[in-house]
Order: sequence, then structure tokens, then C-alpha cells
Amino acid sequence: MSDHYFARKRMRTLFYCLLLLVMTAAAIVITEFDVVTGFTSIPQAAIWVFDHFYPDAKAMKRLPDIIDSLIETILVSVAATTVAALFALIFAMAGSITTGRGGIFSVISRSVATVFRNIDVAAWSMILLISFGQNVLTGYLALFFGSFGFLTRAFIETIDEMSNSSVEALKSTGAGYLTIMAQSVIPSCIPQLISWVLFMMETNIRQATLIGILTGTGIGFLFSLYYKSLDFHSASLIVIALVLTIAVFETVSNYIRKVIM
Amino acid sequence: MKLQDRGLETLKPPYNKQAMIIRLTLLAWAGLTVLAFATFNYKDIEVIPAVVKTADILKTMFLQPRFSHLTFTDALGQLMITAGLAFLTTMLGALFALILGLLAASNLSNAKVSVAVKAVVAFIRAVPTVLWVLIFAIAAGLGSVAAVIGMTFHSISYLVKAYSEAFEELGQDGIEPLKASGANWLQIVFQAVLPSSITYLISWTFMRFEINFAVALAMGAAAGAGGIGYDLFMASAYYYDVREIGAITYLILAFAILLELLAGRIKKKMRAHE
Repeated sequence: MSDHYFARKRMRTLFYCLLLLVMTAAAIVITEFDVVTGFTSIPQAAIWVFDHFYPDAKAMKRLPDIIDSLIETILVSVAATTVAALFALIFAMAGSITTGRGGIFSVISRSVATVFRNIDVAAWSMILLISFGQNVLTGYLALFFGSFGFLTRAFIETIDEMSNSSVEALKSTGAGYLTIMAQSVIPSCIPQLISWVLFMMETNIRQATLIGILTGTGIGFLFSLYYKSLDFHSASLIVIALVLTIAVFETVSNYIRKVIM
Repeated sequence: MKLQDRGLETLKPPYNKQAMIIRLTLLAWAGLTVLAFATFNYKDIEVIPAVVKTADILKTMFLQPRFSHLTFTDALGQLMITAGLAFLTTMLGALFALILGLLAASNLSNAKVSVAVKAVVAFIRAVPTVLWVLIFAIAAGLGSVAAVIGMTFHSISYLVKAYSEAFEELGQDGIEPLKASGANWLQIVFQAVLPSSITYLISWTFMRFEINFAVALAMGAAAGAGGIGYDLFMASAYYYDVREIGAITYLILAFAILLELLAGRIKKKMRAHE
């Protein structure tokens, strides 16, 4: 009996491994990925990086410009995340099972969140590019929509996970909806909510680079400008600046998380 | 600082560092947001007409979607290319991350190797994927090769972090007894570490697949990696064909929701197995 069990288990594992292998092979075929070129390009790229991809004296002169647009990118990311978090909180309170009015509100806010979350920021930026043009607001709104969908979903789950006994207790004393929110739900969830928002900010700074390339704003625009004009020394300075920014951001948010959680 | 701490303690006991950090964080966010809106270079954009125009575009997009430059079958094929990119990079990433994750887990590897792997991986993660793809594109040319290698690079770094944390959850206590009973490193890994963390590994890998799908979409647009993202880029930046954007967006949305449902089922199934 137990022999059969292990044999069947092994067969099932083997089956899944084979399935994954076949799917990988199929993926190689449809994407026309050249495996040999792929792996040989890694050392080539490494050699190239050491030869050309470092900042030189000319690149250092561009540092003020780079810092300016880096600051703009950071501010866009932070502002988009905070405002999105505010809206997401409202939608999450309506959408959560514990706190929401339930029924139609819950369904609407959950579906809004699903739609916004599943349209990628890259798609948003291309949609917005038509009406807003190459403007800082295009990037801002693209990040805003993306963050809003993600945070609504994360907030709903956080609020739902929280025990609803204190909500019940307050309800029985006759407390109103807003009182329950302000006195019980938000105070008890706030560390998790902050943690999600910090995570979103980190993600958005990375995303902002991509959106910048697509919409021609911020640090991403500067990178693609230098990249396309083959000024790789300046482009490498941008990469260094970004890595440092993200490292600082992660350190600060890890510290905040450690204290509040 | 210490004096202040003590002062606060006597004034308002108990002095609560947690509450203070929360307040400071919220204040900092509010301040930065105000600063952001005050310093943005809006050029001469007229916000209200632009918002009205966006609303109009969104209406046309979602209510009158239509394929014009490519047929539905073409679009489906391109969607499969994007999904293929995401799948391939996730599989390659998972394979390398499994090995590197074992080396990075502090309970399975030696301290120096673990710190070194974690530092390299943190650096790779800090550089956005699109920049990796563009850097590899110089060696391999724009296209699927650069996209796959660049995205795999980023997937590895993300998964190494997730995997090594899952392995570390087993802790030193779970491994000591096995070592004492004479099990070697490979036996420990295959008989104890992997079976106990497999559900975590699968759910992280699936999450990465969802992320990679979005990244593949963006790479099609930003780095010419092909797939539906490239068509989306062409429809918006070259043809200004709002209806086609709508049709492509619906297609992507349908696929993404399908993935989300699949992820939900996998999670449920794994919970049932536990």
C-alpha cells in the first residue's frame, strides 16, 4: 500500500517536471530565443560593461542634471503612492468583508481594484501618453493607477485579516461607522498598511524608470537619451545613482518596518 | 536624544517609539507629496482639458474596442509570445535561484558565501529590469535574447531572496539532528529542506511569473522584445489607434485575470495538501 503511495507520488512529480520541460521548450520556440547566443552574450556583456560602462569626467559634469531628474522621479513616485494609498484606503474600507457595508459596495470596489491592478503601468503610461503628452503628469498618473489597484487589494486583505472582535464590540456599544474606522480598524492595521505603502514606493521608483523611458520624463528619459546617443559613461552614472537611491530607500523602510511591526 | 527620551518618559509614560515613527513616516509622506506637487514642471499642460480628453479616450477605448492593424489571431499569437517570455524567464530564474538560494541560506551555507551571494543579488535587484535588458541588448542586440537574459537576471535575484528566506525558516535546529544522524549536505537538502519549503517555493515562483508577464509586456514596448507589448506600443505611439489599444488591453486583462484565478486555485490546492 505505502509502496504504491510513494510510486504514485514519484510518478506525479516526474509528470510535472516533464510538463514544465515541454512548456519551457515550447516557450523557447515561440519567443525565438537563441539559447547559445543568450548564454554567450553574458560574458560579452560583462566585458563590455567593464570597458565602457563607468562614469568618466564628462559624465560627472552631467551629475547636476541627473540629480535634478532623479529627485523629480523620486517625488513623482512618492506622491503617486501616497495619494493612491489614500484612495485605496477608502475603497478598501468599502470593499472589506469585516468593515464594509457588504453587498454591492464590496463587489464594486473589488472589481475596480482587479481591473486597475491587472492593467500594467506600462499600458497605463501608453494610454495616458496620448492625452497628456510627454509630461510629468503622465508618469504620475500611470504610477497612481497601478499603485491604486495593488494597494486596494493589499489593504482589503489586511483589514480582513484583522480580528473583527473589536469591531463587534464597538458596534454593540452603538458606535457609528466612522468611529469604528478611526478608533479600531485603522489603528490596529496601520503598521501593515504602512509596510505595504513602503513596499509600493520602492517598486514605484523602479517602475518610474521604465515609465520614464516610455513617456519621456524623469530619470528614465535621461537614461534613454544618453543610451541612444551612445553616451554610455553618463548612462552608467544614472544606473549608479539609481542603485544608491534604492539602497537608501530600502534601508530606511526596513528600519521603519522593524520599529513599527 | 537620551535626555529627551527620559523627558518624554516622565511627561507622557510610556514613551512610545512605534507611535512616533508612524507619525514621522506619515508626516514625511505628506511633506514630500506637497513638495512634489509644488515643484513639478507641468510645462504648459492644461490639466482639465487633458483630464476630459483622457476620460473621452478611456470611453472610446473600453466601449468601442476593435483590432485594425492586426487580427485577433495575430494578437493571440503575440500574447502567447509575451506569456512565453514570462514563462521561460521564470523557469530559468527558478533553476538558477534554487542553487544560489541554497548557497545564500545562512543555515545551509557558510557565512562568507551566504553574505557574498546576498550582496550580489541585492545589487542586481536594485537596478530596474529594463536597464538590465538594455545593457544586455548592447552585447546581444535588441530582441528576445536580450529580454530573456535581462529578465532572467532580475528573476534570479528576486527568487534567491525569496527562496533563501524560505530555507532559513527551517532554522539551524531542523538541520542539526540530521547532521548528527550522518546525513550529508545533499541528503539534507533533498530529504528535509526542499520538501518542507516546496509550497513556499511554488507560490513565490508563480508570483514571479505574474510579475514577469507584466515585465515582458513592458519590455515589448520599451526594448523591442516583441509580443503584445510591442503592438500596444505601436498602437499608442505610432498609430494613435485608441480602439486597438482598447482591444489589446481587454486581451491582456483577460489573460491577467485568468492567471489570478489560476494562482488562487493553486494556493487552495496546496493548502489542502498540507
